[in-house]
Amino acid sequence: MNYKEVTWKNKRQIGRMISIVENAAPGHEKIFEQLYDKTGHAYVIGITGPPGAGKSSLTDTLAKAYISQEKKVGIIAVDPTSPFTGGSILGDRIRMNELSTDPRVFIRSMGTRGQLGGLSAGTASAVQVLDAVGADVIIIETVGVGQSEVEIIKHADSILMVMVPGLGDDIQAMKAGIMEIGDVFVINKSDLPGANKTKIEVEAMLSFMSKKGWVPPVLLASATRQEGIGEVVEALENHRLYQEKEGLLFERRKRNVNELLMEVLQDRLFRKIKKLEEYPQVLEDLTAKKIDPYTAAKRLFEQI
Amino acid sequence: MEKPIRVLVGKPGLDGHDRGAKVIARALRDAGMEVIYTGLRQTAEQIVHAAIQEDVDCVAVSILSGAHNTLLPKINELLIKEGGEDILFVAGGVIPEADIPFLKEHGVKAIFTPGTPTTVSIRFIEEHVKR
Repeated sequence: MNYKEVTWKNKRQIGRMISIVENAAPGHEKIFEQLYDKTGHAYVIGITGPPGAGKSSLTDTLAKAYISQEKKVGIIAVDPTSPFTGGSILGDRIRMNELSTDPRVFIRSMGTRGQLGGLSAGTASAVQVLDAVGADVIIIETVGVGQSEVEIIKHADSILMVMVPGLGDDIQAMKAGIMEIGDVFVINKSDLPGANKTKIEVEAMLSFMSKKGWVPPVLLASATRQEGIGEVVEALENHRLYQEKEGLLFERRKRNVNELLMEVLQDRLFRKIKKLEEYPQVLEDLTAKKIDPYTAAKRLFEQI
Repeated sequence: MEKPIRVLVGKPGLDGHDRGAKVIARALRDAGMEVIYTGLRQTAEQIVHAAIQEDVDCVAVSILSGAHNTLLPKINELLIKEGGEDILFVAGGVIPEADIPFLKEHGVKAIFTPGTPTTVSIRFIEEHVKR
């Protein structure tokens, strides 16, 4: 199979390639080998925020804005996997049904599949595939719980933080610890009472951070009413231009590929170690407290 | 980690009763499957395009409107056209016995009528998806 010839039009092939890389199934290394030099064109936007903030609706509306600019849009929508059964209900498409049949859009849902970070292990791989086959913009929508907000930085060029009025006072915003990673903030459902108050609170919180350079804008929007969307697109574009001008985009991507390399190395290393003949014995000795974890690790490392 | 079975659950056509679809979606989730739930009032095109992009192993639709003889063959036709002929296609809902042979001729591999235990549907999907 020559993956280099797969184009944006070939949805069936793209779907299959994403499955292969997501599952690290046979052939996934070949896909990377053939496609990696074609990646780097797409701009990757991460969307995160608390459950019910309107991330899916906003993703839908943003995607529509991008396709009206003649851009090809890839969407990766991540929902949680049950740690008990391994099953999941991926329901983000409900808000994106109009885009389902649009040839300029490719939507893929993913379960977190037990990844602690809340982002699917396959997310980064799926981004690479969509990038290589010609996406101009890739939107990753994550579950806004646990550590996913922090994980998403590893995969995105800009982070859009979605908030809603009425989730609590400014102390909640501090607690969440999410202020540091947002590049653009949106107060969605801006028709609800308290939207402006939330905006001012978020702005006040951000002003304490005294970050040099980029000051994250805080915007009001309503995804379902299609209000304020143009401003969000513009703010994301400004952030991209700012990063390019300052040479920050290169730095960010370098950091991201470093993360990717670490993950691949980790995976390889763990698999290799678990296959060692001595592994079961070391595990048994460790359980029986005959050796400590550091001695165990040392013994295994010596075998590699 | 073993790859979970991916199933699209959706409701084609004009019918707003999604309780059955939701019960099935939850049952499949609890059986360890990844369920892509696309919701109500889907066209055959929307269901098939979603199935292709999501690379599902199975398309499971719930239909209570009586339009099954029109919509289900259309979904099957589009699945074949888009290269998804290997995707297992099953349906559930209020479908008269007399219509079942016709639907089976048109690519619906199983039809689960009211009262079917979810375990039966789950086992059928587990045994018939191409892995």
